[in-house]
Amino acid sequence: MSSLIWLPFLPLLGTLVPLLFARFSRTACAFATAALPALTLFLILSHSGDIFHGERFQAAIPWIPAIGLELAFRLDGLALLFSILILGIGLLVILYARYYLSAQDSIGKFYAYLILFMFAMLGVVMSDNLIQLWFFWELTSISSFLLISFWGHKTEARKGARMALTVTGAGGLALLAGLLILGDTVGSFSLQDVLDNGDLIKASANYPVIVVLVLLGAFTKSAQFPFHFWLPNAMAAPTPVSAYLHSATMVKAGIFLMARFYPALADTNLWFLIVSLTGLATFLVGAYIALFQHDLKGLLANSTISHLGLITLLLGMGTDLAAVAAIFHIINHATFKASLFMAAGIIDHESGSRDMRNLNGLWKYMPYTATLAMVASASMAGVPLLNGFLSKEMFFTETLHQASLGSLSWIIPVLATLGGVFAVAYSTRFIHDVFFNGEPINLPKTPHEPPRYMRVPVEILVALCLVVGIFPSLIVGDLLLSAASATLNGPAPSYSLAIWHGFNYPLLMSVIALIGGLFMYYSRSHLFKFQAQFPTSDPKLVFESVIQFLTNKAARIIAATENGSLQRYIFFVLTFAVIMTASSLMKLNTTAGQRTEIPLDALSITCAVLLCLSALATVIWHRRRVIALLTLSVVGLIVSLAFAQFSAPDLALTQLSVEVVTVILLILALFFLPQKTPKESSPRRVVRDLGLASLIGGVIGTICYALMTRPLDTISTFFTENSKTGGGGTNIVNVILVDFRGFDTLGEITVLGIAALGIYKLIARMRLYMPSSDDSGLPWSEDRHPILLTVISQSLLPLALLVSAYIFLRGHNMPGGGFIAGLITSVAIIQQYVAHGVEWIKTRIKLDYQIMIGSGIGIATLSGLGSWVFGHTFLSSWFDYFYLPVIGKFELASAMIFDLGVFLTVVGATMLILANLGQLTTSERPVQKEHD
Amino acid sequence: MEGLYAFCVGLLTACGIFLALRGRSFSVVIGLTLLSYAVNLFLFASGRLKLNAAAVLGESEQYSDPLPQALVLTAIVIGFAMTAFAVILAMRARADLGNDHVDGTLPTLPNDLQQKSGGNQ
Repeated sequence: MSSLIWLPFLPLLGTLVPLLFARFSRTACAFATAALPALTLFLILSHSGDIFHGERFQAAIPWIPAIGLELAFRLDGLALLFSILILGIGLLVILYARYYLSAQDSIGKFYAYLILFMFAMLGVVMSDNLIQLWFFWELTSISSFLLISFWGHKTEARKGARMALTVTGAGGLALLAGLLILGDTVGSFSLQDVLDNGDLIKASANYPVIVVLVLLGAFTKSAQFPFHFWLPNAMAAPTPVSAYLHSATMVKAGIFLMARFYPALADTNLWFLIVSLTGLATFLVGAYIALFQHDLKGLLANSTISHLGLITLLLGMGTDLAAVAAIFHIINHATFKASLFMAAGIIDHESGSRDMRNLNGLWKYMPYTATLAMVASASMAGVPLLNGFLSKEMFFTETLHQASLGSLSWIIPVLATLGGVFAVAYSTRFIHDVFFNGEPINLPKTPHEPPRYMRVPVEILVALCLVVGIFPSLIVGDLLLSAASATLNGPAPSYSLAIWHGFNYPLLMSVIALIGGLFMYYSRSHLFKFQAQFPTSDPKLVFESVIQFLTNKAARIIAATENGSLQRYIFFVLTFAVIMTASSLMKLNTTAGQRTEIPLDALSITCAVLLCLSALATVIWHRRRVIALLTLSVVGLIVSLAFAQFSAPDLALTQLSVEVVTVILLILALFFLPQKTPKESSPRRVVRDLGLASLIGGVIGTICYALMTRPLDTISTFFTENSKTGGGGTNIVNVILVDFRGFDTLGEITVLGIAALGIYKLIARMRLYMPSSDDSGLPWSEDRHPILLTVISQSLLPLALLVSAYIFLRGHNMPGGGFIAGLITSVAIIQQYVAHGVEWIKTRIKLDYQIMIGSGIGIATLSGLGSWVFGHTFLSSWFDYFYLPVIGKFELASAMIFDLGVFLTVVGATMLILANLGQLTTSERPVQKEHD
Repeated sequence: MEGLYAFCVGLLTACGIFLALRGRSFSVVIGLTLLSYAVNLFLFASGRLKLNAAAVLGESEQYSDPLPQALVLTAIVIGFAMTAFAVILAMRARADLGNDHVDGTLPTLPNDLQQKSGGNQ
């Protein structure tokens, strides 16, 4: 089933639809938005028959198989169940939101976010790869952030969205860590491999870490105690969002995760303890808090927390039947809670308030909506003939069969019944306080029934509550069975979905819960008085103060470490680097290796002494910048001599020409910079820096020495052997550059070109004043272009260009090549600039250096692409020998074209930098007298 | 010879790092240039030192390792681009900010020194 890969992406495509259709009517926009999810739902449902027969669809496109990255989707019973919930309720929410949102709200934006969320959720439930699952998991966090903060002009929306993102995002990071360890333990990131290796995982030493991390992800997402506080604050979202995210889908993602990894992680004592106790605590805390809420949505949010706790508790019980009950309750809770949220939204929309202290006696104003809401809340309370009753009965049955707490196991059914009592009490409050109990108080609007089609989604969901409650196995039997067997990764246990199981303990518990709940609601005034004695604490304030505390701490640490001094950062980095390298050097027994050293000779010693003296002179006189520059150039010259001495003629030539260009560049720059550096380092700092610098110098020198005196195991024999036969050149260095590693060279000239263009942009808008005198106050020489220099340089130019051409042409076989020829040409042209000035050159040499860089990189790339024409791989070179009279035998190689590209780029880049910098001294600009 | 070579590399590194730790842009540029000499020599040395052994076929009996040479050759050119970028950045910083400090806040100096330090235009 290859279409499975594209199935989850249909909604992603759908995120664009509402943005395009938002300009038309809202109804058109809603219908257009619904089209793609409806198509997806249809396609998924068309496979349901096969899935009910036990089939499992999987499809994958490998990406980086070596590290387990792939795009993989699966459609099994569990994924099918969740997909139906996501798409089905999503479609109802689209219809509902069309009437809910006011004219000021951008419905296109809302729908786009909603569909993005739908896509993310679908990705989570259909993922067949751990990393991909996590990716979609994070996408649900981000898209839900956008949805919760949809009314961004409200403070509580922004704060609620931030809190939800922080909590679920932090959990997501824990989940990522858990999944990475899980994948590492199993040796595969494929979900199926993980599910099939449950015993291996549970036996592994990593198991406790994996369980804790994965559960952290699940608990934060599903608002389990003690992370439950974000859900009530997320109620600042528009009600369609609450109905969708906070009843049916997103908060169920954590539950889904636990169900998905049930075969791999569950069925151990650790799992039982964490999951069931967390679930039990959440079940009770949520139910208790829900009773005391005055906000309709607050009541529903806390009841959602409580029901999520119930499902978690079931998943933690460790019996197969409990898992079936959990799946069943997922379906039932989604239907009744989504309809209740929508009903609450209707009440809010048509009466202008959600406060149950003001909302009374709405039965008279909206009897139809009231009936629907009452049926749904009866289902929430667990009244017989409704779906909530069935799964609650299963829940009670399972609590009775629990023996994990030993002789204290009776606590679980007792606490479960207590939770049931609270559930009945808050459901009764929802019905009685809102629809009866006197007359409305100070409502902003006179309540009335909503538009016809706003009620349709509620009607559908409530109808489902009823039919599932009355004909459970007919409606959801197959779905539940296939989802349960997918959850267990094996056959589901036998169970019966009948309404009547005879007189037994679960029924007794239900009866106690119903009567106790009604009694509790009846005596609520005492309870409210009791509750009022507790100091109220707003989780939002606590959360904000914790965040504020962390921010302040972080700010203080940053202020202490980051003071804006680049030197300080380098100091830290270097210190750390020297510790790391020195500690590994200490493991080396001897500094010197086996290799015999080259004997010293007088010339080398002289050069070395000169190098050391000039380097030291550069440091000592670094504050007198011109002198430092001169001594620096001596160092550069000796370095090029060293290259020549140790058999690297190409390097010597390159270093020499770069040296010339660099010194010209630095002298030009110095014209605009202060000529001297004031003495400002404290003696302590000088000592500190000297110490660190010498330490690093010593370490680097040691490494260098140890390296050179050890035998060489090189890969270069390949290059030496194939240089002539494969690359057609005898200069191995050049053949490596233009042929073997041509792709690297292409990258490097591109970097060179980018650097030159960046410099060009930096120069273009530079506003620097030219000093009119040097640092000792003497005016600049009037003789800008000395006649001697002008004459000599002019006659040198053709010679220099000839040498450059020669160096270029022989490059493939003798020292030379595009880099060196390019630098020599640049030096020759710069000399003309120096001798004649920019204006003189501009009228004579019309070269656009930017185009030169572009064409250089273009030629190099094309010569590489050219090999494709002949059916070779990128940048393979071609060469052959030809014979011409007079000239004789000569070689033509495609590598030469590549080298031409290198040549052009080097000339273009060098000249773009220097010519533009030089121009700064000539264009008309304000001149201000320098004081130093 | 290797010992002498290694000493020179170490000294260049030390000088380069000391200058890079100074608080003015020009010193940093000079320091980075020295450091890049050291790095190039170091990388080149990883192919071992050989006399009269240019990596050109038929020119000598044995060949020095061409691979580090090819790497260092491009490194020299890229190093030039980097130096140029750093120095232009330093000039631009002076043009836009009015001084050539790269050491965070302005150091507390006597007034006359402060005036001479490049904060003037």
